[in-house]
Amino acid sequence: MNKNTIKSYLVNFLAVIIIFALMKLLMNIGIINRYYQGIIVFILINIILAASLNLATGFLGQLTLGHAGFMAAGAYVSASTAIMIKANFGWLPNIAILLISLIIAGIISAIVGVAIGIPALRLRGDYLAIITLGFGEVIRVIINNIRFTGGAQGLTGIPRISTFDNVFWITVLIVFILYTLTHSRQGRAIVSIREDEVAAEAVGVKTTRFKVMGFAIAASFAGIGGGLYAHYIAFLDPNTFNFMRSVEILVIVVLGGMGSLTGSIIAAIVLTILPEALRSFADYRLLLYSFLLIIMMIFRPAGLLGTSEFSWKSIYDRYKYRKESIIKREKA
Amino acid sequence: MKSRKLSLVLVAVLILTVVLAGCSGGSKGTEVIKIGVIGPMTGDNSMYGTSVREGAMLAAKEINAAGGVDGKKVEIIAYDSKGDKTEAVNAYNRLRDQDGIVALVGATFSGETLSIKEIAIGDNMPMLTPTATHKDVTLNASNIFRACYTDPYQGATAAVFAMENLGAKKAAVLYNIEDPYSEGLAIAFRDKFSSVGTVTNYEGYTAKDADFRAVLTKIAAQDPEVIFLPDYIAKIGVILSQIRELGLDMIPISGDGSDGIEVDYADVAEGMYYANHYSKSDESKLVQNFISNYDKEYGVQPNALAALGYDATYIMLQAIDRAGSFDSDKIIAELSKTDEDYVTGHITFDKNGEPLKSISVIKVAGGKQVLVDKVSAE
Amino acid sequence: MILFLQQMINGLSVGSIYALIALGYTMVYGIIKLINFAHGEIMMAGAYFAFLIAITTNLPFPLVLVFSMIMAAILGMFTEYIAYKPLRNAPRISALITAIGVSFFLQNLALVIFKANPKIMPELIVKKPISIGALKIGTVTLTTLVLSIIFMIILDIFVKKTKPGKAMRAVSEDKEAAMLMGINVDRTISITFAIGSALGALGGVLYSITYTQVFPTMGVMPGLKAFVAAVLGGIGLIPGAVLGGFVIGMIETVSKAYISSQWSDAIVFGLLIIVLLFKPTGILGKNEKEKV
Repeated sequence: MNKNTIKSYLVNFLAVIIIFALMKLLMNIGIINRYYQGIIVFILINIILAASLNLATGFLGQLTLGHAGFMAAGAYVSASTAIMIKANFGWLPNIAILLISLIIAGIISAIVGVAIGIPALRLRGDYLAIITLGFGEVIRVIINNIRFTGGAQGLTGIPRISTFDNVFWITVLIVFILYTLTHSRQGRAIVSIREDEVAAEAVGVKTTRFKVMGFAIAASFAGIGGGLYAHYIAFLDPNTFNFMRSVEILVIVVLGGMGSLTGSIIAAIVLTILPEALRSFADYRLLLYSFLLIIMMIFRPAGLLGTSEFSWKSIYDRYKYRKESIIKREKA
Repeated sequence: MKSRKLSLVLVAVLILTVVLAGCSGGSKGTEVIKIGVIGPMTGDNSMYGTSVREGAMLAAKEINAAGGVDGKKVEIIAYDSKGDKTEAVNAYNRLRDQDGIVALVGATFSGETLSIKEIAIGDNMPMLTPTATHKDVTLNASNIFRACYTDPYQGATAAVFAMENLGAKKAAVLYNIEDPYSEGLAIAFRDKFSSVGTVTNYEGYTAKDADFRAVLTKIAAQDPEVIFLPDYIAKIGVILSQIRELGLDMIPISGDGSDGIEVDYADVAEGMYYANHYSKSDESKLVQNFISNYDKEYGVQPNALAALGYDATYIMLQAIDRAGSFDSDKIIAELSKTDEDYVTGHITFDKNGEPLKSISVIKVAGGKQVLVDKVSAE
Repeated sequence: MILFLQQMINGLSVGSIYALIALGYTMVYGIIKLINFAHGEIMMAGAYFAFLIAITTNLPFPLVLVFSMIMAAILGMFTEYIAYKPLRNAPRISALITAIGVSFFLQNLALVIFKANPKIMPELIVKKPISIGALKIGTVTLTTLVLSIIFMIILDIFVKKTKPGKAMRAVSEDKEAAMLMGINVDRTISITFAIGSALGALGGVLYSITYTQVFPTMGVMPGLKAFVAAVLGGIGLIPGAVLGGFVIGMIETVSKAYISSQWSDAIVFGLLIIVLLFKPTGILGKNEKEKV
């Protein structure tokens, strides 16, 4: 790691801490009341979902339409694990229960991802879209038909242990992992598959292996996002995870830029606040979303940020550059 | 250098804060009593939330016209949940923090109500749901009441009606596995009916299913006398027309989801029975007043959900009136003492906050609702 | 036995509608290699057109059908022109996302215009069971079967014998070569969309008469099942779509009648995964390697 990378990591980490501290401060003095706090938690969960979908769709180039299905798998696994732990090992602190449940949810979701990915990813990209779409439908049928999920009646009595604090740090951790992954050797292999699968294969990238790996990681994080959602709402039913939910996550990714994690973060913030701010606009919300999808694809298929990342350092560099040039001009 | 960047971040966050704070102009005045309503008012299920809202608005208007509660005006603040649990939680948080509601009449669907249940218990918010029929809604929640009867109760009553009034020995059940309401009724019907008669078929379908000919053909082979169809109008209408198309003769029975089915499906629904909260043909002055006022206000006939929204608002406001303050504990204590006649029947609450009331059984005859029987709580 | 035959008739009726919709998927895929997600919505639009014509005029059923098919064909060509044509050389994922966008857009447009409550389709065909021995066949079922078969034969003749039909096959075989041969590729693609959409509308009208309702999301499930049918039969192949449609209809009916009605969707999609695992090109498809 060179000096610049370390510096940029530090700057970003510092920024994250400042944001966290400020939010806590505002919460304590009551400017961010529980209504805003709730919205912020949903924003963070959407960031996890969008960032993980971005790995599969943006970086890997495989269109997934069943992200809500992985979210559902994770949510149910995490919820039932937590219920079980709470009943048998109630003395454990909440954060321990949450972490154990989320890790199990992540592992199970990844396994589901591999099971779906292996048959689908051997084929051309568009089959994956339809298989994951079918998977999203089937998982609801399965949840409705097995006992421990409570079926259509829903699952109640889930420990309500997601708080702003733990959701915030888990989100930071997941985005950090995704960032380092996409900028590693494996990440470059993943991007090469998106750019040209045949060429990637020709230079020795094991395409199916990397596709399945990327897909499984995306599924796993979606599962963790679902788990956090379950522990925040404390009630689950299969209809929460319908096709609409998958499309909403996809819209966030497309709008932010396929292949830009920070783009996903910004788009998640905007698209979570927007419907809340424009409640009276509800009838036209989905119409607008779909229109956005079409327009973006035709005129700016790369999304808001394209594949580039927003960073404090680049702003800083630009600021420095401009200042230097001003100084230069003044000298001249 | 560093400090300048820090200040940049600070400014950005401050701007965000000001913008957010600017939105929160919620006044907490005591001159109006604010009651929250939550339900789906746009999207697929918009008619349910809209009906509840309209019923609640009408009740508030009547109370205001009669001088309000304790001389204070009542204001209904209704938020759309789009039938989505996340939105329902946001709506509830907003009602509590921004609008400062005294009590909540809601939410409309069971899923929404269950997702705000835990938060509302923490707030000790007086909450009366007009229409959430899920059995767990009032479980371990001293602050939550409901105005409608539960799914198990309704399903069991339908079974008793099929056995005793129709004399059926064999019944089939066809329900929507993705819908908690449908499933709840189906289970209760099956369990009750099989204690005396035979349930020949217990079949499920998924919400997007449209073809029932295969499963109906299978059911017909067992020759049941009645078929229990717990779902909402749109789906029951499709099933009924396929029953007619195949020329099957079994009597369809359904729950309160069929309320109003005679409007669009008069010919295929002819001769079916369903349980309901009230009957438009009920002669009582209370019911007829409600129907004519509602018709005057909105230009349509009220459905059962509107009646429940109307009743729930009255029950809540009368409790607030009796409590004489906005103190949650006092309101909740007064709610549990409710004992009066309403549009959907005489209501008292048991210790869990469940209503004890009778069920109206309605027959579709000549394209109209006909009250067949009032089956009382056992 | 009678019961089994009765179920087979039910299956044929469901299958024929899937086959009609699957034809649209397969033709579009064959020619521009795009999964046209919006096809289910074209079918929905066709049903709404028929509904509007039927309630505003007193036209007989055949005319209602023809008009709604024409209008759906125009809508299909229009969406192709607006949304897909600019993306013909874009990465496949962009075109796919656009198709999802178009699908969602049409669905929500219908939702805003007509609201979510299902509209009741007027009874364009008198509904009564016809008895053949102990068998009962609904008039609607019979009409559906007959009409689907007639239109499939017409399509077959069109593709094999007429000039535009031959152009269509040429473009789907090799677009560049067809262009060099003087075939107007843009127009051929337009015609493909028009025919596919018209057949989709036919499916939609029959579907809405069979199930009495028209609503904004009505195209989603049949659209998905029809897509599965197209893949099963071998996507890009016209006979494959017809075969796949009937097979899916049968499987669905059999699983509803003899296995479990609530698992039938899961069985259909499970089948799709199995087919893709063992024979990704479908029943009638030939294996071929992806060209560079």
